[in-house]
Amino acid sequence: MKKQIWYRGLAIFSAALTLIFVFVMSQREVKAAPASGASITGTIKLEGTAPHQRPIDMSKEPACAAVHKASPVTTENVVAGSGGGLKNVVVYISEGLSGSAENEVASSKPVWDQKGCQYIPHVMGLNPNQHFEVTNSDPTSHNIHPMPKPGGPNHEWNKSQPSGAPPIDNTWQAPEVAIHVKCNIHPWMSGYMVVVKGPYGVSDDSGSFKIENVPPGSYMLTAWQETLGTQTQKITVAAGKPATADFTFKAK
Amino acid sequence: MGKLLAVTLVVIAIASAVPIVAHIWVPPADISTHGYQIDEQLSDTMVEAGICFLAAQIVLGVFIWMFSGRKPGARVRTFPGGAKGLVGAAFVLVGLEVLILGAFGKKAWATIYFTAPAADALPVQVQAGQFAFYFRYPGPDGKFGPLHPETINEANQNIFGLDVDADKDSKDDIVTAEMGVPINKEIHLLMHAKDVGHSFYVRELRIQQDFVPGLDLSLHFTATKVGRYEIVCTQLCGLGHYNMKAYLNVMSQPDYDAWIKQQATMQ
Amino acid sequence: MHDVSTNAAHHHVAPQGFLRKNVFSVDHKVIGKQYYGLGLLAVLIGMGLSWLMRIHLVWPNFGIPGLQWLSSSGAPAGVITPEYYLQLMTMHGTLMVFFVLTNVPFAGFGNYFLPIQIGAEDMAFPRFNMMSFWVTFVGFCVLVAAFFVGDGPPLSGWTAYAPLSAIPGTGPGQATGQTLWAVSIAIFCVGQLLGSLNFITTTLDLRTKGMTLMRMPLCTWAWFITSCIGLLAFAVLLPACILLILDRVAGTSFFVPSNLVVSDQPVNHSGGSPLLWQHLFWFFGHPEVYIAILPAAGIVSHILVNSYRRPLLSHKVIIYCMVAIGFLSYMVWGHHMFLSGMNPFSALVFSFPTLIITIPATILVLIWIGSLYGSNLQINSASLFALGFISMFVSGGVSGFFLAQPSIDVYLHGTYFVVGHFHMVMGVAAIFGMFAGTYFWAPKMFGRMMNETLGKIHFWGTFVGTYCIFMPFHYLGLVGNVRRYSSFVDDFMAPLIPVHKFITIAALCTGAVQLIFLYNLIYSRFKGAPAPENPWQGTSLEWATSSPPPWDNFGGKTPVVYHDPYQYGIEGASGDFVMQNSPEQIPTAREDKKLI
Repeated sequence: MKKQIWYRGLAIFSAALTLIFVFVMSQREVKAAPASGASITGTIKLEGTAPHQRPIDMSKEPACAAVHKASPVTTENVVAGSGGGLKNVVVYISEGLSGSAENEVASSKPVWDQKGCQYIPHVMGLNPNQHFEVTNSDPTSHNIHPMPKPGGPNHEWNKSQPSGAPPIDNTWQAPEVAIHVKCNIHPWMSGYMVVVKGPYGVSDDSGSFKIENVPPGSYMLTAWQETLGTQTQKITVAAGKPATADFTFKAK
Repeated sequence: MGKLLAVTLVVIAIASAVPIVAHIWVPPADISTHGYQIDEQLSDTMVEAGICFLAAQIVLGVFIWMFSGRKPGARVRTFPGGAKGLVGAAFVLVGLEVLILGAFGKKAWATIYFTAPAADALPVQVQAGQFAFYFRYPGPDGKFGPLHPETINEANQNIFGLDVDADKDSKDDIVTAEMGVPINKEIHLLMHAKDVGHSFYVRELRIQQDFVPGLDLSLHFTATKVGRYEIVCTQLCGLGHYNMKAYLNVMSQPDYDAWIKQQATMQ
Repeated sequence: MHDVSTNAAHHHVAPQGFLRKNVFSVDHKVIGKQYYGLGLLAVLIGMGLSWLMRIHLVWPNFGIPGLQWLSSSGAPAGVITPEYYLQLMTMHGTLMVFFVLTNVPFAGFGNYFLPIQIGAEDMAFPRFNMMSFWVTFVGFCVLVAAFFVGDGPPLSGWTAYAPLSAIPGTGPGQATGQTLWAVSIAIFCVGQLLGSLNFITTTLDLRTKGMTLMRMPLCTWAWFITSCIGLLAFAVLLPACILLILDRVAGTSFFVPSNLVVSDQPVNHSGGSPLLWQHLFWFFGHPEVYIAILPAAGIVSHILVNSYRRPLLSHKVIIYCMVAIGFLSYMVWGHHMFLSGMNPFSALVFSFPTLIITIPATILVLIWIGSLYGSNLQINSASLFALGFISMFVSGGVSGFFLAQPSIDVYLHGTYFVVGHFHMVMGVAAIFGMFAGTYFWAPKMFGRMMNETLGKIHFWGTFVGTYCIFMPFHYLGLVGNVRRYSSFVDDFMAPLIPVHKFITIAALCTGAVQLIFLYNLIYSRFKGAPAPENPWQGTSLEWATSSPPPWDNFGGKTPVVYHDPYQYGIEGASGDFVMQNSPEQIPTAREDKKLI
């Protein structure tokens, strides 16, 4: 009789242990694959003169107007550096990624900051289900209003973030190129979240971008700019060898 | 306890009147040509209403003092004149007040709403939208180009939905985030709303008018003092209502000319 | 004269069982208490919301502990966001105006005491009556549900102006929350219409022998007039809410014009008029505020005359004034719309009756104060609140005089002056009427006396406290402090924060004092001294039956009425008062032939 109780207890204990083990393992996040892939780098250039960027008058928000008194800001539809480099272009792999590489979610948690009544960065790349954080570094309240396509898988939301409030953590469910983000309180604030599968890169002030962790293979690369549209290019990536791709956008 | 209530009533009544009489919290100085009529009306009403307020509270207090805590079996008396006298007094008092205030009050209202703007008034268009006011000046051609609301793109600073390429009248229109006006010049303000109801309120100018989506409304006024004044939204329009404001800059004519020229370069 | 024995309001068998007696009861007394309880719940929530608002205004970065569990997006870490402030404000206004101010003085006390005061066994339609309460209760649940859906409650204010309320994309809470709001109010309208029908029919048809219309107590008259106003007013709000719901879900455009762009997205509506909503809403909204104040005025008149121990100078004049106010209330709605873009000539047209309505209101005040002269004023909790009502009614009425003039409204519209005005008349005066009614009638309703000392402490705290809260609102308005702002970020209003701090502290203290009332009410309900039949030596019929009354109000003995309602202090009478159903012969306080 005693033995039966003992065996029963052992069985329950083992079952519980197994359940706990399975539960713990399931909570562990899938880490990105170790950097076995190569990188794609390149430069985005603008051909022609950038369209006129209008100055932004922030006088309705004196705290932000004061920040930019010395160096006024303009709209950021087309941001070209002195050397013709085009900023804020998102480059990603639109075709050719295998299933597992396509569904990998980057582990970094980029920050979408509101500073001086502007979105920093102006354009952010993301994977579906990749967490990002919205922070407010201004003394004024902001209201983050991303506007994905109506009726699509990504849902519109609209939240205020008072000064000093904790960061807002969120994700996007599905790829979308691109989600426009507004601040309702400050109508000039504008930015884009570009949600794509697989690795991506965003060009900087000089127009340079870098996409990391690309497994070897042949792909279609797409470069997206918020007003100048998209451009595509075929590329082949060999194991361990960095590949390059340049894009040139024509100013409209 | 009746006596205590009587005293409290009188104290509260007088304490309430003190800030008014002492002018502790008053409207900001009037900078408009028509505002003095509103201020006079306000002042007259304050005196009449104040007298009624104090009289009612104090008489209430006095009567409570006199007639509470009486000995049991005390004789019950009736107010002299009874109800008839009081009804008559109410009709006369209020009737007179209504007539006086109504008759004189019409003038202030008429000045704002029943007079047309002067022929040489400076037209300024204001668009109210969640949550900012933007202004448009017609530019040297004196004409406003047509609006295309479906092309509004705030990220590109096309606030009004103008098509400068297609519409020649829009080419020289000047869109600003602040409203600059020259001093002592009549302004004809053309108002429309982009999305929901808003309101245009400048305390110092003594003007206020709702924006009603679908309606083109207008106001006219003349500012008489140089300075920087707040234009605030007073019609609940959403979460940013508290932060919906712009600044009215009243400038000398030369300063205004320089300002509008500088704004034209920022288009 | 209607013979009560031929009427349909007979139920020959007393209700049995807990549910039939206390929950789904057709007894007007139970229904009255249910309305009162619902109103009490609503006022506690509404008051809590006002605390949250006041705290946020003066301590905007203070995280209110626990609030993040009610709404993690509205109050992250307990700090109220701009939209959440407006959402709380909307719910505060909606709960207070509809579920407190319309419920308690009218549906609560009216349901309980109207049939008794006219000598009837019950309302004309007892089952309709039960239905009207449960419909109202469902409306309440739908409204409160808005707190718990998606983005939360709507932020468009209790006035819900279109297009803000008609287009879901205009802000957080404007989607599901706003629809729930509109549905809840529509349901509420149905409940009120049922109630009004009941009151009117009962008053006209079920008065007992000898109870002429002019012999009805003043609170009965107030309930009767209010139900007439309510029938027309709610009959307009109900279709307005339905049209709003259609605009939101069915693609109609009653209130939304064309060419609108919300958040850079064109709105797919055309042909509607935002002003139409304003007309429909205020056509209801102005009579609604008289629905809120008239029953309180009637109750206060009823209590004052009892505490004066002498008749009012003219009972008839008070009735005429209440009728005049009810009638005029339908002519003034445009004074909410002076600056709305309507033809400016209409402002003068609406201003005139708005100023004229001052006349009957002034007469009421003069009669209350004039009747006090030479009286034998008895001070108790009920009479203290009734006298406080006079003071508050004067204060609130006087500020209305400013707003009634369009030229002054140009400056004062949309400022705290307006907020001070309507809080004085509705948020304080009407509430004082409810408190007075509670202290006066709790012995009758619950068969137990409330504690007088606690009642007096409650009065003093509330009287001084509410003056401290709402008088400064007028000063703020005069300076130009704009209303419905979730915070005061600009240079102009920031210097006024110390005044706001004073108001907030007064509000919190006054709120705390209400706990004394709550304690008194609940404790007395169970442990108070047993109440006699007529603790206040009153003359009206509710004092001619036990405390509480039996299920059919008079134990089968239908009263017969011989006198006017307020025979107090009559010379030559046997005592200091003569009850309405007393067969004693006395000279009446007024001669039948005179007008007043």
